[in-house]
Amino acid sequence: MQELKNRAIELLENGTVARVLGWKIGENTYDPEPAFFDSVEAMKDFVYNNFCAANLSKYMIEASKLEGKTLVCLKPCDSYSFNQLVSDHRVDREKAYIIGVGCKGKLSIEQIKKSGVKGILSVTDSDPIQVETLYGNKELPYTAGMLSRCFSCKGKEHVVYDELIGESAETSTVDRFDEVRRIEAMTPEEKFAFFQAELSKCIRCNACRNVCPACNCRKCVFDGNKFDSAQKANVDSFEEKMFHIIRAFHVAGRCTDCGECSRVCPQGIPLHLFNRKFIKDINTLYGEYQAGADPEAKGPLTSFTTEDAEPSIVSKGGIV
Amino acid sequence: MQRIGVFVCHCGSNIAATVDVKKVVEMVLLEPGVVHAEDYQYMCSEAGQAKIGAAIADKKLTGIVVCSCSPRMHEATFRKCAERYGLNPYMVEIANIREHCSWIHKDMQEATEKAVILARAAIAKVNLNAPLQAGESRVTKRALVIGGGIAGIQTALDIADAGYEVDIVEKTPSIGGRMSQLDKTFPTLDCSACILTPKMVDAAGHPNINIYTYSEVEKVSGFVGDFTVDIRKKARSVDATKCTGCGVCQEKCPSKKTPSEFNRGLGNRSAIYTPFAQAIPNVPVIDREACLKFKTGKCGVCEKVCQAGAIDYAQQDEIITEKYGAIVVATGFDTIKLDQYDEYAYNQSKDVITSLELERIMNAAGPTKGHLERLSDGKAPKEIVFVQCVGSRCSDDRGKPYCSKICCMYTAKHAMLIRDKYPDVNVTVFYIDVRTPGKNFDEFYRRAVEEYGVNYIKGQVGKVAPQPDGSLLVQASDLLDNKQIKMKADMVVLATAIEPNQGVRNIATMLTASIDTNNFLTEAHPKLRPVESPTAGVFLSGVCQGPKDIPETVAQAGAAAVKVIGLLAKDKLTTNPCTAKPDELLCNGCGNCAKVCPYGAITYEVRQVNDHGIREDRRLANVNSALCQGCGACTVTCPSGAMDLQGFSNRQLIAEVDAICR
Repeated sequence: MQELKNRAIELLENGTVARVLGWKIGENTYDPEPAFFDSVEAMKDFVYNNFCAANLSKYMIEASKLEGKTLVCLKPCDSYSFNQLVSDHRVDREKAYIIGVGCKGKLSIEQIKKSGVKGILSVTDSDPIQVETLYGNKELPYTAGMLSRCFSCKGKEHVVYDELIGESAETSTVDRFDEVRRIEAMTPEEKFAFFQAELSKCIRCNACRNVCPACNCRKCVFDGNKFDSAQKANVDSFEEKMFHIIRAFHVAGRCTDCGECSRVCPQGIPLHLFNRKFIKDINTLYGEYQAGADPEAKGPLTSFTTEDAEPSIVSKGGIV
Repeated sequence: MQRIGVFVCHCGSNIAATVDVKKVVEMVLLEPGVVHAEDYQYMCSEAGQAKIGAAIADKKLTGIVVCSCSPRMHEATFRKCAERYGLNPYMVEIANIREHCSWIHKDMQEATEKAVILARAAIAKVNLNAPLQAGESRVTKRALVIGGGIAGIQTALDIADAGYEVDIVEKTPSIGGRMSQLDKTFPTLDCSACILTPKMVDAAGHPNINIYTYSEVEKVSGFVGDFTVDIRKKARSVDATKCTGCGVCQEKCPSKKTPSEFNRGLGNRSAIYTPFAQAIPNVPVIDREACLKFKTGKCGVCEKVCQAGAIDYAQQDEIITEKYGAIVVATGFDTIKLDQYDEYAYNQSKDVITSLELERIMNAAGPTKGHLERLSDGKAPKEIVFVQCVGSRCSDDRGKPYCSKICCMYTAKHAMLIRDKYPDVNVTVFYIDVRTPGKNFDEFYRRAVEEYGVNYIKGQVGKVAPQPDGSLLVQASDLLDNKQIKMKADMVVLATAIEPNQGVRNIATMLTASIDTNNFLTEAHPKLRPVESPTAGVFLSGVCQGPKDIPETVAQAGAAAVKVIGLLAKDKLTTNPCTAKPDELLCNGCGNCAKVCPYGAITYEVRQVNDHGIREDRRLANVNSALCQGCGACTVTCPSGAMDLQGFSNRQLIAEVDAICR
């Protein structure tokens, strides 16, 4: 952390960058939040610990419009989102000075709470995790606090960076499509019941949309008056039947599977499952494709080859 | 607010017998914006159109909805009508209450309800319509014909005779196609080569025809009147400008073991070859897969013997880019693979052959010099069995569901020719039905039975089993006598189903021309526009559109040529004003629309915008409406809904859906 902070200050001081995009220390170890630092002075609140899960790439949309370069800290998985934003022409690569920061799997206080720990006073971001609670101190293995997305990590390599600071580790232990397969195996009635139960929890806080690096429209179709979609959004069960499904369609082929949607959902809806189903189908129909791996790549859904799957797969009941 | 008139057509009894048209009139009058509604027996008739005109004038209509047949049938009619009476033609919408309603329903109440709903959707759309102005585009006065068989040759000759330049692109080293492989043609039994080769010569010598053989279409862009096509001229390894066609290279070539495509693999050819003696151009190609010079670097015999110095081992593929106003697909057919028909022992016995192979055997220039003999031992067959409908009219996945159309006639031809030339040979034909519609066709078949004593048995062959003595045991059923037949044969000929040539899918994709489940190209209208593809500027000639015989192919080739000439005769075409238009305040500049645009109509530029007081430079999509064909691919790709198709805006489509779901 210190090395990263020192280097950021050095780059600020020597004028290479005009500001730093990183994380600001919160009240506790476990709640750092994304922040811009535009002076050496401000850098005193800079932090990078194992709770810094937020994907900062989307903040580069606004940063690209500012004067000078912005130093942005990207974890390996965030670098895919950054590349995808570059290929969507929403982020200017030239406006970014990327420090690829090390990541050994990120922790989440929600995950720690889920493991049954109550009355938390403080936690460390160490391995193992030391938790101080109202009922005494506890020690938890690191994986007990790790975000579920980190168990299907895309790997420890950054796909884009100017320099690297810190060690990364691969934390993948499960196949990310296992959950999708479990749902694919359900009957249509079971699937409907499953998603209805999950999506009916939605309060339309728009956190998923706001955090998603693929949801980068200047103006979202759901906010516009062009299609009268605003009034349709008032219909009961809109969230269950339309919002998340339309959103999944809109990000299909551009979603890098960063998992931010599920991480920020206050209702704990596994929103990433929709996106993973799309990714799995894209892989099956058009060959393995990772959005953001190559900013020059023509996405399978926006390119055409004669080897493409024929529409007849739809009439045969789709793919499972 | 629009002032909308709704006109409900009876279409004689086509609509009125199933839809209560009076009720539809009554109901649509309740819709917002509708100020006039009436019904009439034939809206498309002169009297019907006059009613529309009168209502436009009297009621000061700003938009009209015609509840009638499919827009593919009469949208243009009603648009013209509206224009005649002073209304913008794009203020007309059609509610299809015939194909989508009366024809598919029996119950009047249900059909009426649906007709009202369809009308309501169209009214909702017209309420949001805006007048559009059509532009103009130029016409390149040159046509491309893909395929150099009889269909392509005839089409090219007819277009060229009308004074327009035509290019023929042929995949193989020579034009001539399937017809050049045939021996005699039904029902007149004239020699195929004798009637085809003069046409080949005419095409080759025509000042307006340019032939690219051993070439393939690689890329197509543009649209009707203004296509740009890349043609890959494969390296012949022979300089066509020097070659005299003497044939010495083919004689001397030491690599002579390659199965001849022209002879359907029944004989071999050399590595440097022309497919057949009358090939046009009479310039050989080197098959680099078979050539020793290319395989081992040693040899070079052809180069040494060529007096003209035409051999060029270093020749490269060449890409020719040319502009065309119209494209004709004439890619023809092939016989289906018989791998799935083990019961006929095609792959086990050399004496089980396809009818097209028999054509080569019967042909004087063929592998047996025209002698009818068994390919296994060269003996003359005494008993020949013909099996019809091999893979045609097939209900399972192995074959084709359609009738291949030509097999009944060519089988009768083969049977007759064999009985004529070899009267001691017994010929038996197993058939499901004998189908001989066509001028002099049934007479021809009757002659085979009555004059030539061909034994026709109604029933299918269940199994052909090669016997140790070299004969073939044929098991079949005789449906008329209701008995099983077991007979020995020396040769079995399979009337193999035909299918569109391999590669037609690729060509159809490049042309965005639609094809059906059997890979036949789809016509714009099965009855009224049979030689046009639904893609403007693309025309169909020959078997690529459906099974047909030579006279039908030639007739269709001429018809396609007439359509091409009609197009090329125009100096300008009216463009479709229903083009894409981006909303600059919603555009993200992401570039996905440009990636999916098949016409290259979308480019990006950085422009300053004023977004509710915020002035900034943004990367924005720009549509070239002259190139845009209104396909709508961009509109569904755009995540923010910035891209809209004029006349089919997202808002209009949603209004239609809302009207239906109300």
